[in-house]
Amino acid sequence: MDVLGAVQAGENVLLIAPTGGGKTLAGFLPSLVDLAGNPREGLHTLYVSPLKALAADVARNLDRPIADMGLPVTVATRSGDTSSEARRRQREAPPNLLLTTPESLAVLISQPESALFFQDLRSIIVDEVHALAGTKRGDMFALCAARLTAIAPQAVRIGLSATVAHRAPIAAFVAASRIVEVKGGAPPEISVVLPEGRLPWSGHMGLAAAPEILARIRAAGMTIVFVNTRAQAELLFQALWRLNDETLPIAIHHGSLELDQRKRVESAMSEGKLRAVVATSSLDLGIDWGGVDQVLQVGAPKGVSRLLQRVGRANHRMDEASRAILVPANRFEVLECEAAIQGVAEGELDGDPPRAGGLDVLAQHLLGLACAGPFRADAVYDEIKSAQPYNTLTRKDFDDVLGFVENGGYALAAYDAYRKLFRDSEGLIHVMGERVARQHRMNIGTIVEEPLLKVRYAGRGGAALGEVEEYFVNMLSPGDTFIFAGRMLKFLRLKETICEVADGGTGEPKVPAYAGGRMPMTTNLADRVRAMLQDPSKWHAFPEEVREWLGLQRGISRMPGRHDLLVETFPRADKHFLVAYCFEGRNAHQTLGMLLTRRMQRFGFHPLGFVATDYVLAIWSAYEPFDVARLFDPDMLGDDLEAWMAESSMLRRTFRNVAVIAGLIQRHFPGAEKNRRQVTVNSDLIYNVLRKHQPDHVLLRATWADAAGGLTDLGRISGMLQRIQGKVTHMALSRVSPLAVPVLLEIGRESVRSGLTDDDLLAEAEQLVAEAEGRALPPPAPGRDVRQGRLAL
Amino acid sequence: MSAATIHLAGELLQLDPAGALHWPARRLLAVSDLHFEKGSAAARQGSLVPPWDTRATLDILATLLRRYRPQTVVALGDSFHDIGAAARLLAADAERLRAMAEATAFVWVLGNHDPLPPGFRGESTLEHRVGPLVFRHQAQPGRVMGELSGHFHPKASVPVRGTVVTRPCFIADPRRIILPAIGAYTGGLDVRDPAVRALFPTGGRAFLLGQDRVFSFAIGARPAMPPPALTALGGGPDNAGHIRGPKP
Repeated sequence: MDVLGAVQAGENVLLIAPTGGGKTLAGFLPSLVDLAGNPREGLHTLYVSPLKALAADVARNLDRPIADMGLPVTVATRSGDTSSEARRRQREAPPNLLLTTPESLAVLISQPESALFFQDLRSIIVDEVHALAGTKRGDMFALCAARLTAIAPQAVRIGLSATVAHRAPIAAFVAASRIVEVKGGAPPEISVVLPEGRLPWSGHMGLAAAPEILARIRAAGMTIVFVNTRAQAELLFQALWRLNDETLPIAIHHGSLELDQRKRVESAMSEGKLRAVVATSSLDLGIDWGGVDQVLQVGAPKGVSRLLQRVGRANHRMDEASRAILVPANRFEVLECEAAIQGVAEGELDGDPPRAGGLDVLAQHLLGLACAGPFRADAVYDEIKSAQPYNTLTRKDFDDVLGFVENGGYALAAYDAYRKLFRDSEGLIHVMGERVARQHRMNIGTIVEEPLLKVRYAGRGGAALGEVEEYFVNMLSPGDTFIFAGRMLKFLRLKETICEVADGGTGEPKVPAYAGGRMPMTTNLADRVRAMLQDPSKWHAFPEEVREWLGLQRGISRMPGRHDLLVETFPRADKHFLVAYCFEGRNAHQTLGMLLTRRMQRFGFHPLGFVATDYVLAIWSAYEPFDVARLFDPDMLGDDLEAWMAESSMLRRTFRNVAVIAGLIQRHFPGAEKNRRQVTVNSDLIYNVLRKHQPDHVLLRATWADAAGGLTDLGRISGMLQRIQGKVTHMALSRVSPLAVPVLLEIGRESVRSGLTDDDLLAEAEQLVAEAEGRALPPPAPGRDVRQGRLAL
Repeated sequence: MSAATIHLAGELLQLDPAGALHWPARRLLAVSDLHFEKGSAAARQGSLVPPWDTRATLDILATLLRRYRPQTVVALGDSFHDIGAAARLLAADAERLRAMAEATAFVWVLGNHDPLPPGFRGESTLEHRVGPLVFRHQAQPGRVMGELSGHFHPKASVPVRGTVVTRPCFIADPRRIILPAIGAYTGGLDVRDPAVRALFPTGGRAFLLGQDRVFSFAIGARPAMPPPALTALGGGPDNAGHIRGPKP
């Protein structure tokens, strides 16, 4: 009712409510009331959801009350799947309520008739704001919303959000002048279950607890078993079925599975035919499945907000407490689980503070605006600045992005003939022809997938199972076994872009992992873990084994402090280990590992490898590192960073995403596939050329901005290096410390990288293959005669 | 920098890590698939990629000319990305290429992308024979001896420490060598592709281009794979690898 009042007063409003609060329908209430009183034709309300499936579900949920009350209201959905016939109908006779996604909204906005289509818009509802704000899709939506406000200033914005840490920026994201908050009902009941027997020192899969997990599934009606990665989902699913003698119906759900498969699982869930689903974040958001009795989180919760979101999937009703059980996979995760439970109890949410909007998304949007009609740079700059993620956008950045869209923005004016925008004598900016506009609309979107290959059973009409990364398939040899879609598959061959498989693989299986599959622990949760380590009075909550472990650490070394950086060094098996307790999350530690090994190489310690977890970074070297504080000096972000940027595969991936979103690399071309292949340039090659010839190009600037977070998380590293200056506590030990054991056990299980370049790795592989083939190859020497190698072929 | 040496039809040849082949006895340098002006071709299609690809490719060519001081340069076809490419060269790039073609004898083998003579000094031909060796754009199926060609842009992927390193490569057997593409914007075709494998029925070796040298791996009945000890490390660089299953 507060929402209704605010909207009727013409105020933008943010409605914050826990999942299951019926907030979506609350968002539509003012529109339904208005339309019931004043029936009319034309678009009245636009609803935008990050999930296509959610829009469809909401449409179904609206149909019922509209029909029951006999309201004169028309509803339609629009997404990438909507047929051209349905889209034509929507254009000719717009529905009162249109339900769509940010991508489809961006396509609508790029149409020349968009001003006419949206001119009478009264209300913009955006669902799951917390999941959009701070992402590139959120940037895209915010830009589109700014355009809608320019077309239809009377339209009111209604944001719907789950409980969030940073309320002000979320409110600013929808330009809300009023926040309506619905408090949660009963607090969730969260408990911890440990595997029988010894608590594992390391590992993230939680497979040891499979019997306990199965017992919990058996004891409840319907369970969602949340895990952290797709690989973990596949492995845990296998582990559960090995024990599942009663053949309880247990299914698997993750984002790489074929859409049909996922839909089958979802409908079986809503029909109550399943007892459990092993799921990744693919079930985090959106549709109310109903009938979920409990939620299990296997492995680290990673963050308080994320845990709450997942817990909210159980008992989707306000009046009952949600039940959830955490299953930590190792000792550090026990600490993390306790910290997360405390965080939930204290209502301290986490989440990244707002970041500036992406310049790549802005580039896409500017071309979209030009496709809709000519514009003036000054007016559009003001419009863009009214979107919250871009409120600090400088005119220079804006002009550079516009220049990039116009003709590439290169110092070398080579592309005048191929420009995409032109300015007329009045200063109006136009799109260069319908072909550019058509191509742009085909490429709208901010989600850039890794190159994926379809997995399909061999033979005519073999069923498709889903998609895996090309990268993973490159590592398979014919006959190799891998686990996917809950099956043991044998890899047969790669046929064009299809990975052909058969049932019945044998031997030790591989499991596809996905880029960015693991999210790092949040800063907030890491702080809590550190605080608990510092305060033995809090240890009573831990199981005996964990208390013993921490007690031992205090005796042998010391506990990591809350504000300093504990670094331990110790010799072990002819090597010297350095373990840094940074607590900055796995992504940041990976990057730090790359930088530190380069640095140790320069200092002459001869590093041999490193491994990173969410909590610590361990590096081993041939010589004992000394002057450890100097190793962690912020000047690491100078030369070492520069060298890393030239090589980093993560940074190349970041650049590729930026280049695709900005439209430098087009994913879809009108016309033949052959044509596309002939002009597609690999983004790594573009990155090399651009870095060399125009290092300050706007797309490289956008790449560095992205590198501050995400997979490289440079922002967290530079923050830490500043914070710990002069506060590095170095413990030179004679042997491994108890807290260092888990990370050392990750060696051999995790990737082991050092400052080695790709060339070093190739040389090593070449040497090993030569040895394995029984050729006593000499070490690489200039001009050696490789005919010797042929003898072994 | 060191080139690997290899014998073909009794002749000693050097494989340069920049992707060129040098024949010391004849002071001949072969380069393939320069694809000049691929960048502007992409721009015409709406991808305004950085316009420095021709300059970058010319830089590589200039380095190679300084390194070997050849009498003859054989460009193995697809030197220009399309028929209009020569006309799209920026004035400075065109001048630079002209100067190279004046100073050294160029043989322009014609390819499928550039079926017409390019308008730069030198001989244009479909096939160039010197002694026991024949230079053509695309390898001929069946039995040949001493053939050097390009066209396929071969690249190879080697699993190393739980990740994969992919590089352009030469492919060689005792009868023929296929050269990698040198153009700054050229992609590649995996050596495991049937089109390439058919040309090496009894296997061969891939020479992957490195910074200072080439790396040699067998390609035979089985794809070039390091022993299990290497792949068992699992995981990936920056978390993109594979994870081994649990030990039962």
